Amino acid sequence: MNMIQALNSALDLMLERDSAVVVMGEDVGYYGGVFRVTDGLQRKYGEHRVLDTPIAEGGIVATAIGMAVNGLKPVAEVQFADYIYPAYDQIVSELARLRYRSAGEFTAPVTIRTPCGGGIRGGQTHSQSPEAIFAHVSGLKVVMPSNPCDAKGLLIAAIEAPDPVIFFEPKRLYNGPFDGDPDKPAVPWSTHPKGEVPDAYYRVPLGKAEVVRQGEQITLVTYGTMVHVCEAAARRLGLDAEIIDVRSMVPLDIETIAASVQRTGRCVVAHEATRFAGFGAELSASIQEHCFWSLEAPIQRVAGWDTPYPHAFEWEYFPGQVRVMRALEAAMEAQ
Amino acid sequence: MKPHSRLHIPQPPSRPGQPPDFSYLELSAAGGVPRPDVNARVRDLDFLASGLVRVLDEQHQAVGPWHPHLEPAELQVGLRHMLLTRIYDERMQRTQRQGRISFYMRSLGEEAVSVAQAMALRPGDMLFPSYRQQGLYMVRGRPLVDLMCQLLSNTRDMCRGRQLPVMYHWASGRIFSISGNLATQFPQAVGWAMAAALKGEDDIAATWIGEGASAEADFHHGMVFAAVYRAPVILNVVNNQWAISMFQGFAGGENRSFAARGLGYGVAGLRVDGNDFLAVYGATRWAAERARTGAGPTLVELVTYRGAAHSTSDDPARYRPRDDYERWPLGDPVERLKKHLIALGEWSEERHAALVSELGQLVTTSWKTAVGFGTLTDGPHLDPDLMFEDVFEEMPAHLERQRAELAAERRAGVAAGNT
Ligand SMILES: Cc1ncc(C[n+]2csc(CCOP(=O)(O)OP(=O)(O)O)c2C)c(N)n1
Repeated sequence: MNMIQALNSALDLMLERDSAVVVMGEDVGYYGGVFRVTDGLQRKYGEHRVLDTPIAEGGIVATAIGMAVNGLKPVAEVQFADYIYPAYDQIVSELARLRYRSAGEFTAPVTIRTPCGGGIRGGQTHSQSPEAIFAHVSGLKVVMPSNPCDAKGLLIAAIEAPDPVIFFEPKRLYNGPFDGDPDKPAVPWSTHPKGEVPDAYYRVPLGKAEVVRQGEQITLVTYGTMVHVCEAAARRLGLDAEIIDVRSMVPLDIETIAASVQRTGRCVVAHEATRFAGFGAELSASIQEHCFWSLEAPIQRVAGWDTPYPHAFEWEYFPGQVRVMRALEAAMEAQ
Repeated sequence: MKPHSRLHIPQPPSRPGQPPDFSYLELSAAGGVPRPDVNARVRDLDFLASGLVRVLDEQHQAVGPWHPHLEPAELQVGLRHMLLTRIYDERMQRTQRQGRISFYMRSLGEEAVSVAQAMALRPGDMLFPSYRQQGLYMVRGRPLVDLMCQLLSNTRDMCRGRQLPVMYHWASGRIFSISGNLATQFPQAVGWAMAAALKGEDDIAATWIGEGASAEADFHHGMVFAAVYRAPVILNVVNNQWAISMFQGFAGGENRSFAARGLGYGVAGLRVDGNDFLAVYGATRWAAERARTGAGPTLVELVTYRGAAHSTSDDPARYRPRDDYERWPLGDPVERLKKHLIALGEWSEERHAALVSELGQLVTTSWKTAVGFGTLTDGPHLDPDLMFEDVFEEMPAHLERQRAELAAERRAGVAAGNT
């Protein structure tokens, strides 16, 4: 399966298993979503389970909260992460804190799915990666898969979670793994082991990172599209790098990450989002706290530049293999 | 059986494979809606929100109180701008299909909205469009080459490579920067108008929002601020029936018109045949006069139809009948104005054909010039250093550092064999 099919399969299973699950969002019903993630679901489960909504992200999240309070498990789609901001107040002030402020009497187990990231020539309003501004808010779980197999298991876990989850889908990975080289012909997920997705129900637990490649020389901590870029960069340098896919930003599996860095003594953290106060800052601070005495070199950060995502300079903006390679070299050189 | 609550799911009148059905559309006869005094009290204007202001009748004659009585020469200019908009759209769509530009959005069938409205306003009036009002640029005279260079993100791109195609701006032409985020411009236009009033100037603002995007909270913000301060602004809802795959019922248009939303806020609401050049012109003049004489804002619903796909990214055959547009009861704005001019004896098929080919030529030569300034794939290219400019007025040190890092990275990339 590609990532779209894997996500579709997760939604399909959950709609089938749990009558409280509803899918909602702009163009998700009859049309099946602008990226086709909800294709066929309305036909199968009906218009009362898979709802097209007015174009109002604040309204979508607010009504999803109300539905959740009344016993449903809404899976709301925000068409692009770049359009999540009209819902920001509902997410930050309401969704994230409802359990806390009502001492657990009210909860809102809402899942918000939203495509993120660049690489599709989407310009500044179809390319953003705003995970850090949600990870910064207490009370939200924040997830980003890097492959179809995880996407399905994590989405099921997110829907079943008793807490709200912001589920980011790196859209450049929808149809195939992407190693950061736009000039190479696209490859489908069928060429990748993680494109092997079981049809049946399964969960990938929230809060667990995955070591996607074991290595001894250096640890690369990353997530989303950058997992594939980092793999390619390490390979190009012939480094025996350990690559960790964070998968879940909140809660963060610092144990897995720290264990690796304590062993390798060197670390690069990488994401596509802007660098300043990005999630890489949290990663690098946490790693430093846990691994200071094992570190042989300063932790390097790879990220998008601190500018909006420009249409013309997509590949100069995107943290591609060369940016990762330079960081790896810096981390390897320093004593 | 006991009555029980039910969740209503709006249904479009027809889906693919079904015959088009526009029986839901409430029409008035041309000339059938009275034209109140511009200073009439808002509470006396309710009927304007349910009628449909029309001027052109079935015989292609202009009738009734909203007839703006333009000179034939002006009508010909209007026809020219609408045709240019359409031909430009067609060609740019084709260049996208050929991979020369990354994305495009047409305004097929809606050309009268932006063209007649821009013509009815003054050059000093400030326009806050969405992405489907390219006709504004035609009327205000921005050279096509400039628009094309934006589409190409090339060395002459007004946006310096930062925006998706069609997200133009033009400060000296008084057209605001288009945002990819829906509805944001709507309340901003109100703020601009408030400032004009505060400064005692008589320029007004006009803004456009799709009926789909009118569901966003920003629509409410615009309405309430416009109402409270009686801001000199024209608030246009372009009801082209579709918002990507969702018909206007999903924005709340099933029971009341979008114009009728004005009433609840105490704002005059006016429902207009958006494919009738003369009606759009007449209605806009009326709204502009209200704004300029202190009578306050007007919400104008322009009833039209999105003739083409939403953008180059979707296929409307998946969600609406293929022949929907052909059956649209309000016809084609270009054809309607053309037939009116012919009926007046001021136009002919021959002149029309000549104009079409002249404008086609203009688009062709403009495109040749534009691609000379580069395309996304062929040079000359914009300098990537530009990416770091205009984030702030003065570049902070961390961006200076990143700019240097990018330069080093590009050298390293070349050394490492990257293309
Ligand atoms: C805040 C926000 N949400 C969602 C989108 C995605 N989107 C772009 S256009 C569109 C449909 C808009 O329809 P409408 O307002 O009716 O205008 P039309 O395209 O028909 O002219 C959607 C959902 C967006 N650009 N911004």
